[in-house]
Amino acid sequence: MSSIAATLSDSAVIAKRNLIKVKRVPDIVVFATLSPIMFVLLFRYVFGGAIALPEGTSYGEFLLPGIFAQTIVLGSTTTGASLAEDLQKGLIDRFRSLPMSRSAVLIGRTVADAGLNVISITVMALTGLVVGWRINSSFGEAVAGFLILLAFAFAISWLMAMVGLLVRTPEVVNNASFIVIFPLTFVANTFVPLESLPTVLRTFAEWNPVSSVVQAARELFGNTSPLAPAPEAWSLQNPVVYTLIWVVGILAVFVPLSVRTYRRTAGH
Amino acid sequence: MTPGSGPGRGRHATAAHRPASEPAPAAPAVPELSVPGPSVAGMSDAIVVEGLVKRYGATTALAGVDLTVAEGSVLGLLGPNGAGKTTVVRILSTLLVPDEGRAEVVGLDVVRDDDAVRAAIGLTGQYAAVDEYLTGYENLEMVGRLYRLSKAEARSRAGELLERFDLAAAAGRPAKTYSGGMRRRLDIAASLINRPRVLFLDEPTTGLDPRSRLAMWDFIAELADGGTTILLTTQYLEEADRLADRMVVIDRGQVIARGTADELKAQVGGQRLELTVTDAAVLPAMVEALRPLAVDEPLVDVQAKRLSLPVSGGAEVLAEALRRLDGSIHQIFDVGLRRPDLDDVFLALTGRVADDVPTDDEQPAEPVPTGGAR
Repeated sequence: MSSIAATLSDSAVIAKRNLIKVKRVPDIVVFATLSPIMFVLLFRYVFGGAIALPEGTSYGEFLLPGIFAQTIVLGSTTTGASLAEDLQKGLIDRFRSLPMSRSAVLIGRTVADAGLNVISITVMALTGLVVGWRINSSFGEAVAGFLILLAFAFAISWLMAMVGLLVRTPEVVNNASFIVIFPLTFVANTFVPLESLPTVLRTFAEWNPVSSVVQAARELFGNTSPLAPAPEAWSLQNPVVYTLIWVVGILAVFVPLSVRTYRRTAGH
Repeated sequence: MTPGSGPGRGRHATAAHRPASEPAPAAPAVPELSVPGPSVAGMSDAIVVEGLVKRYGATTALAGVDLTVAEGSVLGLLGPNGAGKTTVVRILSTLLVPDEGRAEVVGLDVVRDDDAVRAAIGLTGQYAAVDEYLTGYENLEMVGRLYRLSKAEARSRAGELLERFDLAAAAGRPAKTYSGGMRRRLDIAASLINRPRVLFLDEPTTGLDPRSRLAMWDFIAELADGGTTILLTTQYLEEADRLADRMVVIDRGQVIARGTADELKAQVGGQRLELTVTDAAVLPAMVEALRPLAVDEPLVDVQAKRLSLPVSGGAEVLAEALRRLDGSIHQIFDVGLRRPDLDDVFLALTGRVADDVPTDDEQPAEPVPTGGAR
């Protein structure tokens, strides 16, 4: 078997194993989808009325791409926590003692987590349609919108893989990533228009890749208003390009780094 | 596990799969064992380790370990917690790279030819490394697939091993529902998928109840009889005595003794006459009466009302001793000849008692986060 075919075959075995867990522990899917539904409802109905939006925009339309982004970025922390758990339980040792591909455990993990993200984004989109979110663009653009969200989350998964292998305790991975991911997803255009932020935060938010992925999704779903002021920062004027730069950059750094860490990681 | 629930420390309970121990030679002059010098690698050695050093920062986990394991034999790697046993296994199974020295498994260098080594070995770590959410069958099928067996092969091998390890009835249940003994058996089954020539078992019975431990011993003995080369680490001296052909004792990262169980016991000394009395007051008189029979200084434990006398010779020594004690025979509660066991060996070698019955905080049944590698 060629080494690429072997890597793909091993990764598929690992991804299958990870997805069996999702099937056996339905709580994973339930909580992965309940919290975004909760967010959709909370923001739509509790904060929605209090947040000033540019004319011609409904909060339902504005909100959903933001919720999508936040949820799947949070979802990719699963990657780190699951790897830390595998390390703790000695499974990484088992895998490392097998003559299998040295990157398959990480590929299988991140691909399975991307699969989980597909499930949560589907549930959120359906909930969104119920509360007034609409796609006002072509089919192709809408697909591109979902893909750029998933691609960004996939890149974050690889970053979290590294964190999980270094931190080694699932609970700590979860807490640590919350501390980072929450500010990243809130100091952004996720839930509020950037115009409402004070200058320093606003500059951070403009260049925050979470803002650009949200902006890209809004544009691709046709959720922006022609009456809204044009963004000033280059990152938000070219959100798709800026987001893809981040995706490629994160993957270029963290795929090799995580694989290298995996190869040297021993449990206990 | 509570102390005392483990297997008896005595030799009596041992239904041997290996040949029963021959009497120890009278003189404790056995070559090779007192000085832990480098062992010479032979053609038929499945494992060769030379000058292995591993450091973690300022801590030296291994300070130059040499050992060999002959093809088809069982080596018991003994030592207390933190002695370096697991580090040796991790290096041999390619999980860790040594800082110095070299190690070969079936003639392959564990650093340079790591992929080939992995294809030839099976590893069962200290904690049962099974996926709790997969069924027993799915666990084995997954490992089989990762060994690049075809789907059909992986499935038939999984079924075969589940049968062999008495897990067929539980094959369709998630491993989460398995008992500790079942998980450990599943873990060993997983490491046998590829019919490895060399099997590493890192404390395979730690945390098991006595019945599961006995069952595990039977499985291991069966594998050894089938010709698999096994390196077994253990803190249980009885386990090594029962399963291993040869032993290497390490402490603080260094080999402190090696040899067969009998050689190690002979190193500590020959047999002892042990005598327990009902009243400690008679002990001094008894010591005097028996002194001519002793080959070394007798030990008196007043608290335990016990006298221990190094002797040489067999039953006639016992008969002679009883003749000499004729007047006070009614004071004797228990008397017998005893050969040293590995507990004595360990005590003599290290000045410490081996952690034969680990306490809960030393050997958790569940893995604990340790932060750094060990």
